[in-house]
Amino acid sequence: MTKKLTRDDLLTAYRTMRTIREFEERLHTDFATGEIPGFVHLYAGEEASATGVCMNLTKDDHIASTHRGHGHCIAKGVDPVGMMAEIWGRKTGTCKGKGGSMHIADLSVGMLGANGIVGGGGPLVCGTALAAKLRGTRNVSVCFFGDGASNQGTIFEAMNLASVWNLPVIFLAENNGYAEATSYNYSVACDTIADRASAFGMPGITVDGFDFFAVHEAAGEAIERARNGGGPSLVEVKLSRYYGHFEGDQQTYRAPGEVQNIRDTKDCLLQFSRRVTASGELAQAELDAIDAEVKALIDGSVVKAKSDPKPTEADLLTDVYVSY
Amino acid sequence: MARKITYQQAINEALDQEMSRDQNVIVMGEDVAGGSGAPGEQDAWGGVLGVTRGLYAKHPGRVIDTPISESGYVGAAIGAACCGMRPVAELMFVDFLGVCFDQIFNQAAKFRYMFGGKAETPVVIRAMYGAGFRAAAQHSQCLYNIFTHIPGLKVVVPSNPYDAKGLLIQSIRDNDPVIFLEHKALYTMEGEVPEELYTVPFGEAAVVREGHDVTIVAFGRMVQKAQEAAADLQKQGIHCEIIDPRTTSPLDTDTILESVEKTGRLVVVDESHPRCSMASDVAGLVAEQAFDSLKAPIRQVTGFHSPVPFSDALEELYIPSAAKIVSAVKSVKEYK
Repeated sequence: MTKKLTRDDLLTAYRTMRTIREFEERLHTDFATGEIPGFVHLYAGEEASATGVCMNLTKDDHIASTHRGHGHCIAKGVDPVGMMAEIWGRKTGTCKGKGGSMHIADLSVGMLGANGIVGGGGPLVCGTALAAKLRGTRNVSVCFFGDGASNQGTIFEAMNLASVWNLPVIFLAENNGYAEATSYNYSVACDTIADRASAFGMPGITVDGFDFFAVHEAAGEAIERARNGGGPSLVEVKLSRYYGHFEGDQQTYRAPGEVQNIRDTKDCLLQFSRRVTASGELAQAELDAIDAEVKALIDGSVVKAKSDPKPTEADLLTDVYVSY
Repeated sequence: MARKITYQQAINEALDQEMSRDQNVIVMGEDVAGGSGAPGEQDAWGGVLGVTRGLYAKHPGRVIDTPISESGYVGAAIGAACCGMRPVAELMFVDFLGVCFDQIFNQAAKFRYMFGGKAETPVVIRAMYGAGFRAAAQHSQCLYNIFTHIPGLKVVVPSNPYDAKGLLIQSIRDNDPVIFLEHKALYTMEGEVPEELYTVPFGEAAVVREGHDVTIVAFGRMVQKAQEAAADLQKQGIHCEIIDPRTTSPLDTDTILESVEKTGRLVVVDESHPRCSMASDVAGLVAEQAFDSLKAPIRQVTGFHSPVPFSDALEELYIPSAAKIVSAVKSVKEYK
């Protein structure tokens, strides 16, 4: 059993989820003005997953993320101000404006990078986990991947490798029902992604990804098992993205009212707030105060990003190699 | 102290000595021990051609057999390198690049740039390359040109035992991803190799023969072929200068250009297919930057724009021969 969440934990969980939501909602608004360059894939709706998982991790644990990576970054401790600048293509960004939305990484907090290649992270976390095992640390590695990536060979290879080597890896499938525009029902051959765990000799579980507490507990158990040498697990989190595959996607492949219905009835922040205020663990005023602080943080990050300098020609050829 | 050992032994020795020096160095790949989990010897093979033989017993737990999952274990080597290990992953045949290239060119090669200079990925990927073993189209390619095309990778093609040891030690100590390519036909080549640890720097070509008539730039095994040709041409009064770049990325362009400025004539010898090759790359470099020095058209001696054939009758035609190099050198020497 994982340890009980303290009041501070609950405040952290709410702040993290709210920060992700505010970050993504703001990007959605600003993208529509045409000012934000490139491809942006938003995580809004899925906040309970990144938050519930990463609250079980330390900065010495590693995660690999996806093209929909902003939430994982924030939950793992990457600075949202630097992230915003990165997404705006500024020199002050987390990656000096050279990576953008799909490649935000910060190895100093164990964030191995968002990844533009679907399924690219599976093999990488086997490596960070192998290093932890060889060095005898108790660190774990988590590979976040989507239902689309669940069909990639890299994920199968990584699950087999992690099992064969008994590595401390958690394969964290975020099943939001759509691989780009193609539905899970069409493209995944088994009933649940968790069903695939047995083929690789590891435990698999499916949890409600709108419920922070369910994710936190299920991921916590898998992470604890991995820390104690019990090997890899597959945790499938069923959730929904509120926005399209990328910004600009009108989502006409979804049922009329599908997203609104989920927002109204299942939203992770809504459920969390109701539960912690009903139980008396947190007061609504505390949550409101966090909302205001987070809004100020994100507003400030946008103001800063807009006025920060872009990289210059002098930056074009730096950072290709350590030495060449 | 130097003594004669083979190219294969030089590689084994470099791995062994670096593993002893640095606990972060690990070796992983298909059958690099060869026997893991089997009822007999746990290190029956030491690599499919025995290059890593003996390392398993000397370095317990750090010579790791992998499933046949190239994306999986090459990616794992890259991930381990991101947190300070120095893995040497063996891809066995470079032709297997096709089943793991994403991890190499989209992940390892780009981390440092995409992450704004905040990542180091000191991974080495070793692989065998080259034709001559009747191994046919999927076990005989060169492909160093494909890696060379990708910014972020370093690419090493040693042509002799001394360079193989020194360049492999440099590869392991280097903080960027390195592709280290070993020509199968060179494994039995003998040469003087110091017992102690030493490095051969990247991006420094070797002038393996000096001459004033024609510059021959040759890669990997083709250095041997060029030497055969040059010995023959010497008898005919033609003095060749042979340059072995040793690494295709970085490429020592200065040494190539200086030589062509001296000789005025260039033949490039590259075992790979001719299109978008190292041969065309060097020819383009010289045409652009040493045009005024040229006394004759540049000639390229390469394989063909075909898969590597199986039958010995065809494969011998495919591989650039000393005779073809002789002919190319004569044609540029006699050009009016």
